[in-house]
Amino acid sequence: MKKALFLGTMTVAGLAAGVAAADTLGDVKARGNLNCGVSTGLAGFSAPDANGEWQGFDVAVCRAVAAAVVGDPAKVKFTPLTAQTRFSALASGEIDVLSRNTTWTFSRDADLGFTFVGVNYYDGQGFMVPKALGVSSAKELSGATVCIQTGTTTELNLADYFRKNNMQYEPVPIESNAEAQQQYLAGACDVYTTDASGLASTRATFANPDDHILLPEIISKEPLGPLVRQGDDKWADIVRWTLNALIAAEEYGITSANIEELAKGTENPEINRVLGKEGDLGAMIGLDAAWAHRAIAANGNYGEIFAATIGESTPIGLARGLNAQWTQGGLQYSPPFR
Amino acid sequence: MSDLHSHNTLAFVRSEMLAEQAPPTSQIGAVRWMRENLFSGWLNSTLTVLSVLFIYLLVTHIGPWFLHAMWNADSLRECRDILAANYGEGATGACFGVIRDRWHQLLFGFYPQDLYWRPVLAMVLMLVALAPVLFSWVPRKMMWFSLIYPGVAFWLLWGGSIWFPVMALAGFVVAAVVYRLVLPVSTLVASIAAGLAPVFWWLFLSGPIARVLTGIVPIGLEPVTSDQFGGFTLSIVIGVSGVAMSLPIGILLALGRQSDMFLVKTICVGFIEFIRGVPLITLLFTASLLLNYFLPPGTNFDIILRVIIMVTLFAAAYQAETIRGGLAALPRGQYEAADALGLDYWRAQRLIIMPQALKISIPGIVGNFIALFKDTTLVVFIGLLDPIGLSNAIRADTDWNGVYWELFLFIGAMFWIVTFSMSRYSQYLERKLRTDHR
Amino acid sequence: MALTADIPKGNFRLSMLLYDTRYRSITIQVVFLMLFMAGAAWLVDNAVQNLHNLGKDFNYSFLGSRAGYDINQTFIQYNSNSTHARAMLVGLLNTIFVSVLACALATVLGVIAGVLRLSKNWVVAKLMTVYVETFRNVPVLLWIILIFAVMTESTPAPNAFRGETPTASMSLFDSIAVTNRGVYIPEPVFSNSLGNIDIGIFLISNDLLAILAVLIASIYVNRLILRNATAVQYATGIRPVTWWKSVLVLVVPVIVLLFALGFHVIKPELKGFNFQGGIQMRNSLISLWLALSIYTGAFIAENVRAGILAVSKGQTEAASALGLRPSRTMKLVILPQALRVIVPPLISQYLNITKNSSLAIAVGYMDLRSTLGGITLNQTGRELEAMLLMMLIYLILSLMISSAMNLYNRSVKMKER
Repeated sequence: MKKALFLGTMTVAGLAAGVAAADTLGDVKARGNLNCGVSTGLAGFSAPDANGEWQGFDVAVCRAVAAAVVGDPAKVKFTPLTAQTRFSALASGEIDVLSRNTTWTFSRDADLGFTFVGVNYYDGQGFMVPKALGVSSAKELSGATVCIQTGTTTELNLADYFRKNNMQYEPVPIESNAEAQQQYLAGACDVYTTDASGLASTRATFANPDDHILLPEIISKEPLGPLVRQGDDKWADIVRWTLNALIAAEEYGITSANIEELAKGTENPEINRVLGKEGDLGAMIGLDAAWAHRAIAANGNYGEIFAATIGESTPIGLARGLNAQWTQGGLQYSPPFR
Repeated sequence: MSDLHSHNTLAFVRSEMLAEQAPPTSQIGAVRWMRENLFSGWLNSTLTVLSVLFIYLLVTHIGPWFLHAMWNADSLRECRDILAANYGEGATGACFGVIRDRWHQLLFGFYPQDLYWRPVLAMVLMLVALAPVLFSWVPRKMMWFSLIYPGVAFWLLWGGSIWFPVMALAGFVVAAVVYRLVLPVSTLVASIAAGLAPVFWWLFLSGPIARVLTGIVPIGLEPVTSDQFGGFTLSIVIGVSGVAMSLPIGILLALGRQSDMFLVKTICVGFIEFIRGVPLITLLFTASLLLNYFLPPGTNFDIILRVIIMVTLFAAAYQAETIRGGLAALPRGQYEAADALGLDYWRAQRLIIMPQALKISIPGIVGNFIALFKDTTLVVFIGLLDPIGLSNAIRADTDWNGVYWELFLFIGAMFWIVTFSMSRYSQYLERKLRTDHR
Repeated sequence: MALTADIPKGNFRLSMLLYDTRYRSITIQVVFLMLFMAGAAWLVDNAVQNLHNLGKDFNYSFLGSRAGYDINQTFIQYNSNSTHARAMLVGLLNTIFVSVLACALATVLGVIAGVLRLSKNWVVAKLMTVYVETFRNVPVLLWIILIFAVMTESTPAPNAFRGETPTASMSLFDSIAVTNRGVYIPEPVFSNSLGNIDIGIFLISNDLLAILAVLIASIYVNRLILRNATAVQYATGIRPVTWWKSVLVLVVPVIVLLFALGFHVIKPELKGFNFQGGIQMRNSLISLWLALSIYTGAFIAENVRAGILAVSKGQTEAASALGLRPSRTMKLVILPQALRVIVPPLISQYLNITKNSSLAIAVGYMDLRSTLGGITLNQTGRELEAMLLMMLIYLILSLMISSAMNLYNRSVKMKER
């Protein structure tokens, strides 16, 4: 059983595959695909479908970046990551972008050595309770048993909130959303807390969604967004502006339906600059002129992605809320393409 | 007898034998069997009643759920609707539709659907390759196939040009050729040369030569990257390669542990005890979080490969202990006989000790494989999509959010079939080996 | 082949190091050590470089900073303002607690199943075979998840105890509540408590110390009484009646002490969202405990069966030929021999339980792996430090268990010639 040769082969293959440098853009282009870290499974944000294709809101960001850089939204290698393994995978260069509903915090940005390139979903931690419990505010939750997803900022927020309001609680930490949901439905905890978006999507899949309510309190700010390694500003710019292009596209009315039409040139110089008809914005970040065109064409603009993956017409059923365009009273605001 | 016959005229003596009477009903058939086996005493009777009650409760509780099993629904909601329509509101039943919908993912992960024949073929060939090791009636010539099987399996699973695995296998040929060539100079130099030559070959020559050959004779399969591995394919790949690769390391560690040399022994014992002392999950986290720290800056390779490396080290420690048991079970006379024949250490190990010790250890090695195969489920904690990881991913799909028992039942049953049949094999082997010795 | 180095050729004296068996082992060891050190140095050097590149350092100061998260099951004082080091300690105690519980239950289950599998009762024997084969051949992680789910689904939520017509009720005179959040049992308390001693890391209850002291004293006195009785028996041939003295000595002082301390129990009561008062054995603890025990019990059952079968029938026959009663045969002949076979694998099963308890994260039991290797690691980003520390702790635990095994093995080693 001399299978040591297996090791030999694998080592050679591994060494050949390795050697990452600070030039992420060069690496991605040379490799021909983007390595993107996503969640192991969160309804609406990232999950593989029956054909093994990854789908979801976070996944769409990866596809847009791949379309912009490599030219093909399918050229993405998705690496499913747990809350624990995500940062190491990014730090070690295993992935180029982490798009895994990760909260932008000071210490992650500064201490862990990452650069958050923007916010693709403004979220906050909320509470879900069964209606039958008769609770209408989080302030009435003293003594409750609370299911939390472990490995996130959630447990810290929760500890702070209950401490601040001088209330007692019993934490039940659960590793995956699927398990937490099962515990909550069985009544093993009174409250389920996680990001409000997650609560809404979880509630939407219940057999009787109307038996459960979200409490009005949002106890934290959870700006979720993609992040990259610190120290490669060029790459950070590419991801940042790809995200901005998606947001701007919605603002300017560029959709996957009319993008080919608009790409031929319009009266609006802003649209022309985004789609590479005017100026040379692509060259400034090391890409060709049509980068944003491809990124938007991949899944549509921000609004289209939202509607297709987590919007009100999907089972997840999230309203735009804070994530509406700034022109609509939301917070999504792309800096000008100029 | 004849004497008896002469008196047969007496009236009070029967002239013919009576037919045998049926034994009392309490002494035959099912009744007797039950009396003897089930109700032989108050303790036994209580146990029987309790057991039967337990089985009854089990069946009545989960029986309906199985009877209502629903195979043809495309989502959990649809399944529940059909159940409610068929068996009334609130009826429970198994929604095995999720298995029908996702079985291919649970078995093959994200392996391209039109290429499923490759892992299947690799699996079948593995059984063929294992046959000469596991069953004595298979011709020994088949061992050749076992030796090249790792290359074949690698090529089938990952695809790509055929020349890379061929060149990798060629490293062993290189080692053998170098050994033969240098042998006249000195055994020692030959051993060193045979050790270094393949390393040199793999590091510097095999890659370019394989590329050139690929250019000339492009035979190859469509490459499949590691991230497309998942489900039971992933479990089996990790388990099998871990056990296979850990065997040589385990042999060296076992020999090291038995060695008289203090330093060698200490280091081997230290390694074995360290690995056996920490949970596998910490080693997997090491693979996922820390391995990159300990490799040269910029090195970065596949998570599955890293996991296989750590699992190999993990299994090596257990293999070493199993083989040490095999070595200890050999009679002292075998060592002495080898010495008496004037064999040096390695030759004695190769020709006399190891063949016997390994044979004794096979049940233990199979046991190690069973344990390792079950332990591959832990990779879910580092985000790999093994069957349990996939069950989470499947439940994240809005169609199947909330489905529970069906998935775990399927996964458990699959694991059970594989490990149970292997443990049966290992028991058969133990019995066979035992008779050999007596 | 890996044990050799390049040697200068032609030098006869040096070559003796290789070819002379007197020196060869030293040469090999030196070379081996050098290779080992070189390998270790390479790893450390890489780690230093990589840490530098990432702008990280290697220090354990994070253990002293505020943890910020809450833990549900704590044996020592802990809240979210405590340090990460304390969170780690809480986790370690939880690991030890569940491991000890699981070892005990697994042994009981294993012995029962192992013996019953040899029973003549067909139904029972087959049932035990099914138990052993089912549980042995499915990954323990799956069992942990499944048993957790069964526990959650099959027990009532605290809400079911509420209202005019509750669907669930407490058992044992309203003293025990079985819910899907755990089992609530009455808690012993002392109204005239003696207070606690603070030994820095945790508090020790004086009441407990007092009870322990009294118990030890009673047992000591009881042994004196028994020894005295034996002496009398040897001298006179008649063993004096001692049972009432024993009862008096063993039971009365403790009862008096408990009475003096004002011992009573607080029954759990449904208040607010949960049962209050009493001790809560959380569902996560129970399901992890059960899963580890049932899974490992299947392995222990096999060990026990093998151990019993390993003692040959001749031993029993020889013992009865010597005139030993069956009970003494079991105690003096069969058990010592069977135990020699059973105990070594049993202790390695204990080792497995301890290691497998690190799967606690699957059910949200806050063990060492969930605190130090989970939330702490996650919040501080100190994966290298946290992982190494965690490995070290598990290693120490394992070494303690295996040294117990070695001690036992030495004590029962067959004394041959």
